Amino acid sequence: MTKRWAPVVVAGVLALAGCSSDLPDDQASAGGSPSSDASKSKFFDQAEYDRQLAFRSATPQGPDGKPWEQMLEPEMVDTAQFAKPGGKYTLCFSNAAVNNPWRQVGFKTMQQEVKLHPEITTFTVLDAEAKDDKQISDIQSLSGKKCSAIIISPNTTATLTPAVEQACQTGVPVIVFDRGVNTSCPVTFIHPIGGFAFGADGAEFLKEKVKPGGKVLALRILPGVDVLEQRWAAANEIFGGSELKVVGVEFTDGDAAKTKSIVADYIQREGRIDGVWMDAGATAVAAAEAFQDAGVDVPAIVGEDQQDFLRLWANENLNAVAPTYPTYQWRTPIIAALKILKGEQVPKEWVLPQPRITGDNVKDYVKQDMPPLHYAMCGCEAMPGYPGPWK
Amino acid sequence: MTWRPRLAEGTAPVLIVLLLLLIGLAIAGPAYAEPSGYLALLKRAAPLMILAIGQYFVIVSGGFDLSVGALVTAGVVIAARLINGSESATARVILLVLGFGLLVGLVNGLVTTKLLVPSFIVTLGMLLVLDGAIFLWTGGAPRGALSAGFRTFGRGAVDVPLLGEVPWSVLILLAILLAAALFMRGGTGRALVAVGDNEAAVRLSGGQVDRLRLLAFVLSGLLAAIAAILLGGFAGVSAQVGDGLEFRAITAVVLGGVVLGGGRGSVVAAAAGALSLESLFTLLNLLGVSGALESAVQGVIIIAAVAYAALGSGVPQRLRWWPKQRDSARPAQPASS
Amino acid sequence: MSVLQENTLPVRSRTTRPAMRRRFTPTVIVYLALVALLVVGSVLVGLRGEVLLDQGGILNILTRATALGLVAIGQTMVILTGSLDLSVAYLVGLTSLIAAETMAGRNGMVVPGVLLALAVAAGVGLVNGLVITVLKANAFIATLGVALILRGYLEDNYTGPAGDVPRGFQHLGYDRIGPVPVAALLMLAAAALAWWYLSRTRPGYHMYAVGGDIEVARLSGVPTRRVIVTAHVLCSVAAGLTGIYLASRLGSGAPYVGTDAGYDLESIAAVVLGGTLLAGGRGGVVGTIGGVLILATLDTIFDDLEVDPFFKDVVRGVVLVTAVALYARRMVASRARGRLA
Repeated sequence: MTKRWAPVVVAGVLALAGCSSDLPDDQASAGGSPSSDASKSKFFDQAEYDRQLAFRSATPQGPDGKPWEQMLEPEMVDTAQFAKPGGKYTLCFSNAAVNNPWRQVGFKTMQQEVKLHPEITTFTVLDAEAKDDKQISDIQSLSGKKCSAIIISPNTTATLTPAVEQACQTGVPVIVFDRGVNTSCPVTFIHPIGGFAFGADGAEFLKEKVKPGGKVLALRILPGVDVLEQRWAAANEIFGGSELKVVGVEFTDGDAAKTKSIVADYIQREGRIDGVWMDAGATAVAAAEAFQDAGVDVPAIVGEDQQDFLRLWANENLNAVAPTYPTYQWRTPIIAALKILKGEQVPKEWVLPQPRITGDNVKDYVKQDMPPLHYAMCGCEAMPGYPGPWK
Repeated sequence: MTWRPRLAEGTAPVLIVLLLLLIGLAIAGPAYAEPSGYLALLKRAAPLMILAIGQYFVIVSGGFDLSVGALVTAGVVIAARLINGSESATARVILLVLGFGLLVGLVNGLVTTKLLVPSFIVTLGMLLVLDGAIFLWTGGAPRGALSAGFRTFGRGAVDVPLLGEVPWSVLILLAILLAAALFMRGGTGRALVAVGDNEAAVRLSGGQVDRLRLLAFVLSGLLAAIAAILLGGFAGVSAQVGDGLEFRAITAVVLGGVVLGGGRGSVVAAAAGALSLESLFTLLNLLGVSGALESAVQGVIIIAAVAYAALGSGVPQRLRWWPKQRDSARPAQPASS
Repeated sequence: MSVLQENTLPVRSRTTRPAMRRRFTPTVIVYLALVALLVVGSVLVGLRGEVLLDQGGILNILTRATALGLVAIGQTMVILTGSLDLSVAYLVGLTSLIAAETMAGRNGMVVPGVLLALAVAAGVGLVNGLVITVLKANAFIATLGVALILRGYLEDNYTGPAGDVPRGFQHLGYDRIGPVPVAALLMLAAAALAWWYLSRTRPGYHMYAVGGDIEVARLSGVPTRRVIVTAHVLCSVAAGLTGIYLASRLGSGAPYVGTDAGYDLESIAAVVLGGTLLAGGRGGVVGTIGGVLILATLDTIFDDLEVDPFFKDVVRGVVLVTAVALYARRMVASRARGRLA
């Protein structure tokens, strides 16, 4: 008797308790399949590569001198359905992490951007501490709050797609930036041109500056990070079509000491190194120092827009280039959210310009009083309160 | 005490491994056919060797220090912020960083001995606190800059008669190694090993167990601060300079034949373990082994080394990885086994 | 009462102790602390005009507790036997990949995917156990070594998330009954099973015995090797379950999902926070779940209060050490009284 009734009772209890699922309805995933070519990285995508390289020379629309408001070849979408006149907005932000200087600078810039807009009354931030699982929970709990708009900087692409879809279904406008997701449901996806352009900027510089047959060392942070893999895929493509000799591709874990050791080993082993390519500039100073400590000139080198590298570059007159993945992109989501809430059009894919720093303009970006790991391309110099929060 | 040229128990295997690796290096890389190559290797290995010496003191007395990696990061970040590029502040800040290392070691030691919390947990807690506090203080990323004077110790070299240019870090390392070896031959050093071997016996014979343990943690903290000065000098400011160093130092010590749980192993072997580890990385790099496989090779080697030591020595191996510190820490309990 | 005897006895049989001391076992302290934390947290969050324990809050705490809870249940078993497992974090990533890649979006492959992931996990646990018992490497190094090998495999073979979980299987990660996620219930069921195994069966009793004093256990006929290997296999299977759960939640496998979350050290922290002795022989799964819930609640409160993430680490560290210091004091006090009696 008891046994026979048990399932019924359980089913009844479940029904009463309101068994429900937070799984979003099925949607057609918009992720394209990357073209595969045996000789190339599986991260190489010819069409996307061509598109990004073309973006570099395209003229952006938008106000001069404010690259964070500019857009490349925008395809505007209507946002009237999200219009919520009257201000008093609560913006919610699910951040992947603040675990590196790049994200630190970006996040501070974003916080200052919020302060510029009195119509934002609350800015709620949940930090996922680089954990996919936590970010899924974070997005879930933001979906339950009274957010006017949800901004998401995903920790990884594929794994956060369901959570982003779920947030979209609450009817609140969703804005994704930095890394993308495999769904087209967010109102806008904001990002600089991309990894292929970044990698190509550095590789093209070496192709131009290093004599044919010269030895190039490629230093990568770690494998398996899509953004970094794209940078390498592009560089690999360009090196493949050049007469440069890539003598080594090494992973540094972003560790300055390890970088220095690796570069020193290569200088010893190869006799000379004519160019250094990097997928991220965090260890560029360490690499340059390895040459200095070995008593040889620093060759053509690729860095990034961190102050320590820019200072070294300017002081030592290095032959260098710094592609950037600008931190000013952290301003754009706030601007986009307000546009959407006012019912103004925004691009479906908001592609920001991605400048690079060259020997001609490096002095403009050196800021002696800023911290060594500050990113110059923050677009924050004119913000009220600068440089306080960034120091 | 008459000096006899003998090797402490368990030292021979690591020296053989080290020798093989060095020969391998000489074959694989022409740079290692001459002394300057080995000096460069020593310079590179110095911070890890110093950390391993510090870790040895803690491990041989029956504990763990998981906080050294975070302490190295903290040391570099503190130095960068306080020096802020000013040469005149260098000496003061170096003393302060060393003092900070001592303080962290002291706290680790006091919580372990007085509050009877296992050192694994104490130093894990310290790791979390240091990681959080240091970046709370600097607002998330390192600030300021190290002065050239500060960096000399990790980066520069000094002219030594007969030897020529010798890196500062190598000299510092040799001085520490010599001091540590002498210390371990002295009464205090031997008492430290005895604490790890049989704490109750040391207690019964009137040894100051808590004070010895405390000393081990303080030494580990101090040496981690020195490693921070060398690493910061070698490679400059970075937020992740100490990442994973605690596990690497423990691995090095174990590779040197020191038994986790305490009571066995020599400090020279621990340092040799660190040098072997660094030589192994260099060799793998020279041989072009992919970075991805490096960790797998490292994993196999440490298991093999420990298994070899455990199976080959005939010493009854402790199965437990963790000494029953808190149980045996109670006074006046006769040693029951 | 000698130290030796005291340690060989499992928790449940300490009936000779005075009632007062039994009432304040670490397990009780953990749950009292949890209640206190919920009250304080509710007040603090309430001051901001929000509610901590509304539907979303409960959902949040339980969701956060699910993955860490599963890992920590397994970690409890190995720690009870006097061992530990540092390889769980990489194993979580590996099993999430195996499950997701085997399923490859096909509903029919869900069961094979789950089974294969669990089988691989059990295999890794077996290796851990055998390296420790047969090769006699101590657990710290053995599992650290296996972790490095797994890491090498992951780095060599994966470049980011891979595999695809069919939508049907994703219900495991997203369905809930009221504010309670189904997966959290499954985690609690696993905990109950582990509790039953540890406290009501002979092999479970043996785990306490081996953790208490391995020599005594061996002399009294406990198959110590088998017990340790079993504990490691069960621990790895728990990590495998975590990987499968995370695959269902993420929609694919992710190589570093376990290490990014720091499940190795965090699970050890949760176990110890739950009152299990790091040296083994004492404690249990009930306390561990309490420890996991405390960590998850702390996280949720911090999020509601928008605490700086770096401050969280400081608090976690202090809480961990303080809790263990409290347990240690309690043990000293009880033992002092035990000697007098």
